[in-house]
Amino acid sequence: MGLMKIFNEEHEMFRAAVRSFVDKEVAPHVEEWEAAGQIPRAIWPRMGALGFLGVEFDEKYGGAGADFLTTAVLCEELGRSRSGSLAMAVGVHTDMASPHLYYTGSEALKEKYLPAICRGEKLCAIAVTEPGGGSDVAAIRTRARKEGNHYVLNGSKMFITNGIMADLHFVAARLEAGDAEKRHRGISMFLVERESPGFSVSRKLDKMGMRASDTAELAFQDMVVPAENLLGQEGKGFYEVMRIFQRERLIAGLHAVSMCDRALEDTIAYARQRHAFGGPLTGKQVIRHKLADLATLIEAGRWLTYAACFKFQNREEAVKEISMVKLFTAEMANRVAYECVQIHGGYGYMREYAIERFARDVRLFTIGGGTSEIMKEIIAKEMEL
Amino acid sequence: MKILVPIKQVPDTATQVKIGADPKGIDTTGITWIVSPYDEYAVEEALRIKEKRGQGEVVAVTLGSERAKEALRSCLAMGADRALHLSDPAWENADTLTVARALAAVIKQEAPQLVLFGRQAIDDDMGAMPAQVAELLGWPCASWIMEETISDDGKSVRAGRQVEGALDIFNIPLPCVLSAQKGLNEPRYPTLKGIMGAKKKEIKDVKAADLGLAADGAQLLVVALEALPPRPPGRVIPGEPAEAVKELVRSLREDAKAI
Ligand SMILES: Cc1cc2nc3c(=O)[nH]c(=O)nc-3n(C[C@H](O)[C@H](O)[C@H](O)COP(=O)(O)OP(=O)(O)OC[C@H]3O[C@@H](n4cnc5c(N)ncnc54)[C@H](O)[C@@H]3O)c2cc1C
Ligand SMILES: Cc1cc2nc3c(=O)[nH]c(=O)nc-3n(C[C@H](O)[C@H](O)[C@H](O)COP(=O)(O)OP(=O)(O)OC[C@H]3O[C@@H](n4cnc5c(N)ncnc54)[C@H](O)[C@@H]3O)c2cc1C
Repeated sequence: MGLMKIFNEEHEMFRAAVRSFVDKEVAPHVEEWEAAGQIPRAIWPRMGALGFLGVEFDEKYGGAGADFLTTAVLCEELGRSRSGSLAMAVGVHTDMASPHLYYTGSEALKEKYLPAICRGEKLCAIAVTEPGGGSDVAAIRTRARKEGNHYVLNGSKMFITNGIMADLHFVAARLEAGDAEKRHRGISMFLVERESPGFSVSRKLDKMGMRASDTAELAFQDMVVPAENLLGQEGKGFYEVMRIFQRERLIAGLHAVSMCDRALEDTIAYARQRHAFGGPLTGKQVIRHKLADLATLIEAGRWLTYAACFKFQNREEAVKEISMVKLFTAEMANRVAYECVQIHGGYGYMREYAIERFARDVRLFTIGGGTSEIMKEIIAKEMEL
Repeated sequence: MKILVPIKQVPDTATQVKIGADPKGIDTTGITWIVSPYDEYAVEEALRIKEKRGQGEVVAVTLGSERAKEALRSCLAMGADRALHLSDPAWENADTLTVARALAAVIKQEAPQLVLFGRQAIDDDMGAMPAQVAELLGWPCASWIMEETISDDGKSVRAGRQVEGALDIFNIPLPCVLSAQKGLNEPRYPTLKGIMGAKKKEIKDVKAADLGLAADGAQLLVVALEALPPRPPGRVIPGEPAEAVKELVRSLREDAKAI
């Protein structure tokens, strides 16, 4: 790690615990999960018992009451696991979906759902993107109509991580009363149980990478949601979504950096033992310089990410910095992937090498959670251009 | 039942140990410190005994530098109830007998029914502590145990030791000293709640005077650490397997004189 001290003794103790868990209970199964296209349900209660699924939530809801940097440690260690899928599945549950409940839900809803979320008994998904558009969140077309003491939702959602497995879906929908002039205003978040009448999984999507993480298309047909499952105030959902996107994008940065760390370590180990033209690849200046460039790039990404983590931890406004983290680390990971595959030669193109999976997994980073182009739009806007 | 677990902080098993500028010790820069793995089996077993009996207290103890508190906190995070940190200039260059005397004194004060050690610390591999402490206390001792069962009345323990091709079973009256062998259990890793809760648990500082001990000059002194000569590089025998095997056998016989 770096010279500057970011993490304290407790963070490091937690890191050691997560690392032991990954070595013993994740690493031996990664290939199997990738082939099955699914992470087994049984791992969730196990992670719940170890305290991974409610790191920052208050103890009264079954969380550990720890700080954001503890979450960062979890992200880094899951990122290092060589299973981008697991890192993403956990990240969606803990930092992209359930925070909507924790930060905007009523006391009654929190008491009802958070303990089971922290225990890993109820899994979460966040459903914002629709077939008609992802980048333009304000354009979503799923409608919510109030009828007595419940809402009726109609619409569909696309690319929903954990969509097959999740018990609880945090769904963004537009209230019919919404003002057409102020397109952001009408959007609200609803906590939807998968058993809700009218909820269905249309299909499981077949992906390029992150194959052990399930991704679904969802359909809501006159889906009935109790009125109390509205999170926050009617029509204010959009701002909450945007706030939790900041967390999601920082998590993405932490995953990208730690996955790159592991990929570079694997590539260095490979280059040391692979001989060509009478010596190891690490003896060739072209390769040495490439590895030096990659290490430098990753170090830059790490410290850009940590700087934003500090601001986020201190509850400072950091939209520009976090968008830069998302942009930089996603593009970085794809460059690292390209070069690491290259250094592996023909073996880098083969499924049996972890680097091949890494290259497919990180391709998502410039797309999911806000594309690189959208990050640039946000940064430019923050620069008041 | 009160169980006392003496533990030692040691360099991580993956450490490439280098001799320090002062050749009596190792270069500690960049080392990650851990609880010696055999001691983790002891902590785990103590926690399991407590959980099985539904009551009891697990106390972790170490003699060491300020840094060794981290190791105690790891034990607290795993579930130990409290910890004792023996730290005093009088123990600066302590040899095993000095450490054993300090531990025996603290054990007398604490009066546990069981003392559970790891079979040896993985840094200097002396493995002297369980036997020396048991001797000083006049308690029975079974080392390298693979299993144990405490009697329901809490008056004795049935312990199995690993011997060549068999388990050596003892019935030992309590209090006694046991030392854990690998395979006794699979140590848990701390939960995040355990880690967060550890800082609320007590680590009591214990000085030599608190135990009625004075500095007693070590009888065993490290004169120097000497590096082993570097291992010659491995040799790859190229060629067709049939030919290469012939060459391997010749080399093992004539060069290495191994067969
Ligand atoms: C594996 C995976 C998992 C996902 N998980 C989830 C999930 O759990 N929940 C969820 O809600 N969503 C999820 N998504 C959706 C993801 O957030 C969207 O794919 C992403 O926001 C992009 O939206 P889109 O796919 O509709 O692309 P589009 O918005 O159609 O964009 C297509 C291209 O056009 C570019 N573009 C769009 N607008 C502009 C502009 N104004 N200027 C310049 N370029 C522009 C984009 O950058 C992109 O390159 C997931 C996606 C994937 C692939
Ligand atoms: C899908 C696929 C199909 C193939 N089909 C065939 C086929 O039909 N027939 C066949 O014979 N082969 C085939 N190959 C093998 C292919 O030609 C080799 O993979 C390629 O020549 C690279 O060799 P290598 O994989 O052993 O990598 P290595 O030679 O080990 O090279 C690893 C990395 O080190 C770099 N490197 C090596 N030496 C130096 C140096 N001196 N200076 C700087 N950098 C160096 C390389 O550029 C590369 O980036 C195929 C490979 C693949 C992936």
